[in-house]
Amino acid sequence: MTKKAYPGADDITRVELDNGITVLCRTNFNSPSIVLRGNLPAGSLYDTEEKLGISDMTASMLMRGTEQYDFQAIYDRLESVGASFGFHANTFTIGFGGRALTEDLSLLMQMLSEGLRQPTFPSEHLERLRSQHLAGLAMRDQDTGDMAELTFDEILYANHPYRHTGDGTPETIQAIMRDDVLNFHQKHYGPRDMVIAVVGAIEADDAVAQINEMLGDWQNPAQPAKATVPEMPPLEKRVQKHYAIIGKSQTDLMMGFLGPKRLDDDFMAASLGNSILGRFGLMGRIGDSVREKSGLAYYAYSSMSAGHGPGAWYVSAGVNPANVDKAIDLIIEELENFIKDGVSEEELSDNKSNYIGSLPLSLESNSGVASALLRIESYNLDLDYYRQYPDLVRAVTRDEILTVARKYIEPQRLAIATAGP
Amino acid sequence: MTQKFTKTTLANGLTLLLKEIHTAPMISSWVWYRVGSRNESTGKTGISHWVEHMQFKGTPKFPANILDKAISREGGVWNAFTHLDFTTYYETMPAEKIDFALELEADRMQNSLFDPEEVASERTVIISEREGSENSPMFKLSEVTQATSFRVHPYHHKVIGDMADLESMTRDDLYEHYKSFYAPNNAIMTIAGDFETEKMLKRVKELFGGIPAAPAPRQLSRPEPESSGETHLTVEGTGDTTFVQASYPFPSATDPDFFPLSVLDSLLSGASSLNMFGGGISNKTSRLYKALVETELTVGMSGGAQATLDPYLYNIVMVIHPEREPDEALAALDTEILRIQEEKVSEKEVARAVKQAKALFAYGSESITNQAFWMGYTEIFANYEWFETYIDNLAAVSPDDVQRVAKKYFQKKSRVVGTYLPVNEENSND
Repeated sequence: MTKKAYPGADDITRVELDNGITVLCRTNFNSPSIVLRGNLPAGSLYDTEEKLGISDMTASMLMRGTEQYDFQAIYDRLESVGASFGFHANTFTIGFGGRALTEDLSLLMQMLSEGLRQPTFPSEHLERLRSQHLAGLAMRDQDTGDMAELTFDEILYANHPYRHTGDGTPETIQAIMRDDVLNFHQKHYGPRDMVIAVVGAIEADDAVAQINEMLGDWQNPAQPAKATVPEMPPLEKRVQKHYAIIGKSQTDLMMGFLGPKRLDDDFMAASLGNSILGRFGLMGRIGDSVREKSGLAYYAYSSMSAGHGPGAWYVSAGVNPANVDKAIDLIIEELENFIKDGVSEEELSDNKSNYIGSLPLSLESNSGVASALLRIESYNLDLDYYRQYPDLVRAVTRDEILTVARKYIEPQRLAIATAGP
Repeated sequence: MTQKFTKTTLANGLTLLLKEIHTAPMISSWVWYRVGSRNESTGKTGISHWVEHMQFKGTPKFPANILDKAISREGGVWNAFTHLDFTTYYETMPAEKIDFALELEADRMQNSLFDPEEVASERTVIISEREGSENSPMFKLSEVTQATSFRVHPYHHKVIGDMADLESMTRDDLYEHYKSFYAPNNAIMTIAGDFETEKMLKRVKELFGGIPAAPAPRQLSRPEPESSGETHLTVEGTGDTTFVQASYPFPSATDPDFFPLSVLDSLLSGASSLNMFGGGISNKTSRLYKALVETELTVGMSGGAQATLDPYLYNIVMVIHPEREPDEALAALDTEILRIQEEKVSEKEVARAVKQAKALFAYGSESITNQAFWMGYTEIFANYEWFETYIDNLAAVSPDDVQRVAKKYFQKKSRVVGTYLPVNEENSND
C-alpha cells in the first residue's frame, strides 16, 4: 500500500480466464514477499450426512502426494525456501493460500496447480490424516469454547446445513474411504467460479500469464452448480443447553440469534451496531458491563458472522461456573437496552471514525489486501469498494441501527449455549 | 522505501529508538518496561501482569472510560503484553493521530491511579483469565514442567501467576511494583512508521523528558543451579489425549550459542518464527516431524525456544497417537537427538535454515507494528543490532557448531519430561 490510496479499480487487475477462473492482482513493490490466495466452491456444504468432513479431508489430502512429488518432496520444496502453502475447507469453498519471497512465486503457483489437478491421495496418508483428525475431534470434545459453539449451532440451526461444523464426527470420519475422496475431488473440483488473488512485488500481467499457463487449460464438465443454503426462521422461543465437560475451571458461554447476510442492505448498520454493542474499545457495551464493571469475565464480546447465508449474531464470554447466570442476565439486559434505546450520537460517531480510521491497518500487509480482493469478488462488490467505504460508513444513521437491532435481536428467542463443568 | 533509524537516550534514562517507514500512513509506538515474571518473588507471582491490567484503568488526566474510546475512535489498535522479561504497551494509529498515544503513555508511566475498586474488579477478571487457561491440558502440563525446570530462578512460575497470590495480593503491593519499575530509566520507547525523526524526537522529549528517573529497581538474582539429573513427572486430567513436553535448558539470547541453536531448532523442529505479528511456516520436513508424526507415534509435534534475558528452555511438545505409548515417542525423540549429536549436519541444511529465517523476517517486515516490536524486544535482551545481524550470524554457523551445541544442550540428564495422562471419567450429556 502506498500513501495515495486504498486498492481500487485503477490498481486492481481483474481478469476472467476462459475456463471460469477469476484472477485479481495488486502490485506492491514495497514488499519483498508475495501472497497467493483464493478459493473454489467445494466446501463442506457439499458433504453428505454419512460422510460429514469429507470436504475437509479432501482438501487436507491435496498436498499428501501428487503425480510428480510425494509428501516429503512437496513440503521440502516449500519449507526449503521458507514458503508456506495449504488448502483448507470453509463452508462454501475450499480456501487455499500461501506466501513466499517474491523470487519463489512460481513455486506457489505450482503448489496450487499440482494440488488441484494432480493429487494421488495415497492410502497411507489418508489413514494418517484420519488419526490426526480423530485426535483433533477428541481434543475439541474437551475444549469448552469449541463445545459451546457447537452446542450453539445445534440450537440455532436445527435442521439447517449450518448446524454442522465441517469437521465431521468420529463416526463419519471413520466412514470416509479413499474412493469417496477421489470421487469428491473429481466431482467438485473445477475451474468454474474459482478465484485467485495475487498481491506483492509482481506486475499483474506477469501474474495473470503465470496462472493462465498453470491452470488455463483446466476443465471439469462434471462440476456442479454453486451450492446455496436455505433460509432459516428465528427460534420460536428461548432455548438454553449445557454441554458438560468435567474437570474444567471455566464455562464458555455463547448466546445469540440470526443476523443479517453480508449483502443485505442493513448489513453496515448492523455491523456498526454490533461494534457498539460488543467490540468498540475494550469490547463495547458488553465488555464494559460484564468485564469492566462486574469483573465477571476475562473476555466478553459480540460478533456477527454475516456471509452468503443466514449468519449468526452472538455474544461470547468465558466465566466462572458460579457466575454463568449472572453473566447471562447482564448480557440480556444489554440486549434489551440496545433495542429499547438504540445508540447515542456519540457512540455512533466514535464507531464510524474507528471503522474509517482502522482501514489503513487492515490493508497494510499483502495478506490484508488479498483478503480484501477476495471479499470484493465473493460479494460482487465494486472494485472501488474500499475507496467508497468511508462514505458507506458515514451514511449510517442511529435510526437505521435501531431498526436493524429490533429486526434481529429478540431476547425471548435467544439461543443460549454453555460448555463447562 | 525510506528507512531511517535513530537510537538515543534522554537525560532521564529513557532509551528511544525511531525508525522512519513511509510505506503507509501509520505509526506504531511501543513503550517497554524491564519488568516481567522474572522480577517476581514468591507471594507476588503474577504481579507484573496485574499491573499491566491496571495501566488500562486510568489516570487523573485520562480516566479509564476515556482511554479505550479515544484510541478506538481514531481507528487505532492498542494492547499490552506481559512476558518473562518485559511488559510492553503499544498503539498503532493513523500517523496524524499518534500524538494521543504518546501523551497517554507519558501520563501512565507515572500517574496511574490503582483505584481500590478497580483493583478488586480486576482481581476477578484475572482469576477468570487464569481459570480459562486452566481449561487447557497443555497449560496444566507446561505449568508443572516449567516449575520443575526452575526450582530457584523466577522463570519458575507462569506469567499469569499462582491462584494463591492472585487471591492475596493487595492494592498496595501492585502500586509499589508499579512505582518501582515504571520509570524512564527502566523503559525503552520504540516508534516505527510515517514520521519525521527530528519532529518525533522533539515531541517525545517534550512529553517524556520531564518524567524523573527513579532509583534502579531491585533485581532478583537467583540463577538456576545445574540440574542434578533427568526428571519425569505426570499431570493427570480429563480427556482422551496424552501430551508430552520435554524441556531442555537453553541459553540466553546473547549467548553466542544461540545462533547455532537456532539452526539446530530449524533442523529438529522446523524454523521458529520470532515475529509477534507475521506468522510462521510449516515443519513437515523437520527431523522430529518425520521421526514422530510420519511414523504415527504422535499426531502432532512442535518445538522451539524464545529469546530471553536469562537462560530459559527449549520445549518440545508431542501429542501422542491414541494407539501408541508416550515412552515410544520419547524413545524416537532420543534417537533423533542422538543422531544430530553423532552425525554432522550438511552445509546445505544450514543454508536452508538461513533462507527460512530470511523469509520469515521478510514477512514480518510488512507490518509496521512488527517492526516497532522488534526494536524493543531485542533491546530488552540485547540491542537492535542483534536483529540487524541475526541473518549474518546464522549464516556464519558451521556444521561443527551445530553438532557441538546439540551435544552441549540436548542432554537427557538436564531435561524435564512431563506427561499429561488423561483419566477417564465420563461426561453425562445424554
